[in-house]
Amino acid sequence: MAAEHTLQDLEAWNEKILTLVERFRLDPFPQEFEICDHEDMLSYMVYSGMPSHYPHWSYGKNFEKTKTLYEYGVSGLPYEMVINSNPSIAYLMRDNSLALHILTIAHVYGHNDFFKNNFTFRSTRAEYTIETFKGHANRVRHYIEDPSIGLEKVEAVLDAAHALSLQCRRNLAIKKPTASEEQQMKLSELEPPADPFRAIHRRADQPTPDLRKVPLYPDEDLLIFIRDHNPQLAEWERDLLTIVHRQAQYFVPQIETKIMNEGWASFWHKRIVEALELPQGLHLEFIIRHTQVLRPSPGSLNPYHIGMKIWEDIEKRWNEPSAQDIEEFGPRTKSGMEKLFEVREVERDASFLRRYLTEELIRELNLFEYKKRGNDQVVSRVADEDNWRQIKETLIQNVGTATIPVIKVDDSDYLNNRTLLLKHHHDGRDLQLEYAEKTLKYVQQLWGRDVVMETIIDDRTTLLTFSDGKFIIKKAV
Amino acid sequence: MSTIFRPYNSSSGQRSDRSAGDRLRHRQKVREAIRNNIADIIAEESIIGKDRNRIIKVPIRGVKEYRFIYGENAPGVGEGGDGEPKPGDVVGQGKDGKSGQQAGDRPGVDYYETDVSLDELVDLMFEDLELPDIERKRLRQIEIERLFRQKGFRRKGIRVRLDKKRTARSRVKRKKAALKQQPDMPASRRFPFHEDDLRYHHTVTDTRNESNAVVLCIMDTSGSMDTMKKYLARSFFFLLYQFLCTRYQNVEIVFIAHHTEAREVTEEEFFHKGESGGTFISSGYNKALEIIEERYHPALWNVYVFHCSDGDNFESDNEAALKAAQELTRTANLFGYGEIKPLGAGYYGSSMITFFSQIHESNFQTVQIQKKEDIWASFKIFLSKDRAREDAA
Repeated sequence: MAAEHTLQDLEAWNEKILTLVERFRLDPFPQEFEICDHEDMLSYMVYSGMPSHYPHWSYGKNFEKTKTLYEYGVSGLPYEMVINSNPSIAYLMRDNSLALHILTIAHVYGHNDFFKNNFTFRSTRAEYTIETFKGHANRVRHYIEDPSIGLEKVEAVLDAAHALSLQCRRNLAIKKPTASEEQQMKLSELEPPADPFRAIHRRADQPTPDLRKVPLYPDEDLLIFIRDHNPQLAEWERDLLTIVHRQAQYFVPQIETKIMNEGWASFWHKRIVEALELPQGLHLEFIIRHTQVLRPSPGSLNPYHIGMKIWEDIEKRWNEPSAQDIEEFGPRTKSGMEKLFEVREVERDASFLRRYLTEELIRELNLFEYKKRGNDQVVSRVADEDNWRQIKETLIQNVGTATIPVIKVDDSDYLNNRTLLLKHHHDGRDLQLEYAEKTLKYVQQLWGRDVVMETIIDDRTTLLTFSDGKFIIKKAV
Repeated sequence: MSTIFRPYNSSSGQRSDRSAGDRLRHRQKVREAIRNNIADIIAEESIIGKDRNRIIKVPIRGVKEYRFIYGENAPGVGEGGDGEPKPGDVVGQGKDGKSGQQAGDRPGVDYYETDVSLDELVDLMFEDLELPDIERKRLRQIEIERLFRQKGFRRKGIRVRLDKKRTARSRVKRKKAALKQQPDMPASRRFPFHEDDLRYHHTVTDTRNESNAVVLCIMDTSGSMDTMKKYLARSFFFLLYQFLCTRYQNVEIVFIAHHTEAREVTEEEFFHKGESGGTFISSGYNKALEIIEERYHPALWNVYVFHCSDGDNFESDNEAALKAAQELTRTANLFGYGEIKPLGAGYYGSSMITFFSQIHESNFQTVQIQKKEDIWASFKIFLSKDRAREDAA
């Protein structure tokens, strides 16, 4: 299929779009577009868009799967792909039509602006993205080629590390306290509260904190904790853990802002393309494509659709607040547009939904909650007066990193024999046991000693133990 | 702010194959996983008598990417679209990761099965099995000339072996050389093929020494062999048959079905036809001996005999059966007896295994098959027995 447009056409349209981007006060990184074919796109999808990435069989598996789904027409390929880097790199598919390219280019600037300005991405160091991934790839390849290490050993560590990579801190804007800061915190915690009548009150027994406990406070960065506290790991193993951890941290913000990010990009591609005043033919195709991307997907969630709905709703409610809105939030001090730019900077999906997904929107989107019964997913709540709050709560539990169980290292010397004690912070959702078993095995492999995890199963505190190659489930009495 | 557009670069087609290494490694892992699960696959899939090109679904355990994930009691949220969902409506099956528009920043939902053709599976299964003792009769090795192998190129040959690519290439070479000689030759002049340009594949026949071998499959088809037992017996023979077909080009296979009488049957009949009647095991053995005597004299052939029965022999036939079995162990390289006693089969009928324990020949082997899962294990016992003995020696 030969495209009936040239690179010059795209450049010309890009100029027009850029003018609008500036007029709308979007603030993106410099943008680079690369034209690729569908094979390239498949590869980029699998390797997160990175021009270089370390090898691992899981990417091969993902490639086969994506390719099969694509070839059987089960799922299409994305129209574009944008990397959070400075300059931002986006891939455009060669065979797409001009209208689709225009939509995509505008959409890309939306993502790019979001990457640059949303607070969650501050920690990703966009200037170094490409070099960082390349450096990681070189290091991993170096270990694979090292005759004293080799593919199998590297793979074993990567398998285990991948399983734990997302067991890391979620809000990277909060600084991780150093060891000495933690000690200070622990000490000040135990200081008695200020008491003006200290002289006459009997002094309570002051417990002395055990500052030798590792970690002092539960630690969520599993890979890093293991790296720093298992003395048996070789230097290259530590390095692999670091690499996997860094890459996961790079992607956490994208996981955390999926709905906002997609909604934001969709909101802007619509604004921009509408302002472009396309010729009729192009505009018609744009409308079709736009509708395809933004259509609700009954039964599941389309982040593009939900995200854009909320953004539009915010703009509307701040431009023309209803009497009820004013009563609830006070008179408006910002215009709709100002509010949008504020929100895009300071929220992530969980807070975005909590603050701006209103009852009206839940009803309009016709959201419902489902639970698993047998092999079926059965509707348990629909958007009515009694249930919309719960639906919203459930939705928040299903976005961003809330889909990943919170598991923290509680003690590295449990039972005084260097057993690693993990605690699952249970929020009503039980762990999938088969996966928990296999993942604990990976923890054990990296830790080198027994591993115990405390969780709740069927409302009972349960200890999952991986020791001597055996998995034991023990309910607490 | 300047935007850079990088045009499509077709040579980047090579780059797009960057996943080749990872794909290869993944496929190796899949194969490994299948090999580790073969016993389960055979037990789970009724692959018996199936077309070899049939694709079967194989559950794979080794290549899942595990993480801590939520289990069954984690509710989800969906959009209702235009419909009106009501509590109690079924909206979907299982957890289905929605892929599609968005690039992968999250681990996908694992797929649990892969498609493998039966052929591939059989290849994998039998990778490290062999008919024991096939080399024993060295003197009787025969030369087989079956395979043709390409080896080099010739200027003369028969038409079908013409290598068009090489022929075209040598014409181009000749043309270039000619142009060098006469630089003023107009490029448009026709430059036809010459006889010297023609290149032909050269083939050599591959001779390979192989032993003559015959495998006799004897199956009890009497009335006491109920559906389950027959299924187990057939599964066993099916494996054996597939194994022989895959590994040995020159092996003859004889099928014998017996109840009170024995007769030689075709493969089709052997695997698909049911019969009934009493059981004289000796009849099957005698038939086998008869066939060996007639067509496969042990002086010239490696003989393998396998028998599957429920061991529920007619009392009076036991002595005769024992005698015939002893005779067989003397004639054959290996005589395997598989007794099928499904668990919970009700009564505990007589067992020939106990009876056959009087045979002390080292090339006699008995196994008991109780359930589907045993088949693969017993199969391996039969086919690795001799090697174990060799190892011990």
